[in-house]
Amino acid sequence: MLGPDFLGQGPHAGFILAAYCLTIATILGLSAWILLDYRTQTNSLADLERRGVTRRSARRGSNP
Amino acid sequence: MALLDLANPTRFLALVARALPFLGASAVVVSLCAIYLAFFVAPEDYQQGDTVRIMFIHVPAAWLSMFCYSLMAASSIGTLVWRHPLADVSAKAAAPIGAAFTFLCLATGSLWGKPMWGTWWIWDARLTSVLILFLMYLGIISLWRTLDDPSRAGRAAAILTLVGFINIPIIKFSVDWWNTLHQPASVLRVGGPSIHPSILMPLLVSALAFTLIFITLHFAAMRNEVLRRRVRTLQLLQAQTETPPLGVAQPSAGA
Repeated sequence: MLGPDFLGQGPHAGFILAAYCLTIATILGLSAWILLDYRTQTNSLADLERRGVTRRSARRGSNP
Repeated sequence: MALLDLANPTRFLALVARALPFLGASAVVVSLCAIYLAFFVAPEDYQQGDTVRIMFIHVPAAWLSMFCYSLMAASSIGTLVWRHPLADVSAKAAAPIGAAFTFLCLATGSLWGKPMWGTWWIWDARLTSVLILFLMYLGIISLWRTLDDPSRAGRAAAILTLVGFINIPIIKFSVDWWNTLHQPASVLRVGGPSIHPSILMPLLVSALAFTLIFITLHFAAMRNEVLRRRVRTLQLLQAQTETPPLGVAQPSAGA
């Protein structure tokens, strides 16, 4: 159980700890959301290309 | 690589692929340094005691919330004037990150205000104008999600972003123009910072950490947006090839 003077941060340790935890959780959450979105987009792109749907520039690139 | 070359999304994706590992690693290292400085090097404030450590996240979050909106406004000019292909990608990718930093600014400010002011919230000019900034971010994100066509959504969001930019100088100067409970500027002010170097240095390191986090997340979110548009283009292409042209008779089941 965290006391009021957790890590020697004085009587307002709970406020300081809450502020830092909230910041870390928000930034980690945002990072995870962006990473999941990247995975979704790359999977969708790979799925479309597997079915033969490719961009014109990609088709031009594959031609000799 | 010339700046104009970055207008090509494929070249931009190649640049992001090279830059992201270094940006991410430096963001983590500088963030750990900032936390160390905040808790083990910076002294407690003579008036606010240890709660001054909340400043090391509250102030950079506030700076980034305004910087992010200013970047969106600059991108909006790029969308409306030059129709730069990456301008609205940049604006759209920045909006949720800016909203997150604004939320952190409001939440950490509230957690700092309760022990220092005796209240979680007060309708003073600085707090209210930052709340309006947060609502602006949510409105812009909603607008992007309302319109399917990215170029139409980009132009509409660019106009809304530029209209909302009027709020940025209001936030900055609200503490000078009105009598507020929020303290006046103590770092970016005429006459230099009024904070002691022992607290200013950890604050600047923390601001650098937040900036690196922002750049990393923004580049990653821009990459996602470029890929999302490619997926959309391919899906439209697939739908065109699968849909028979109008006026062509369909073979009957018994034929």
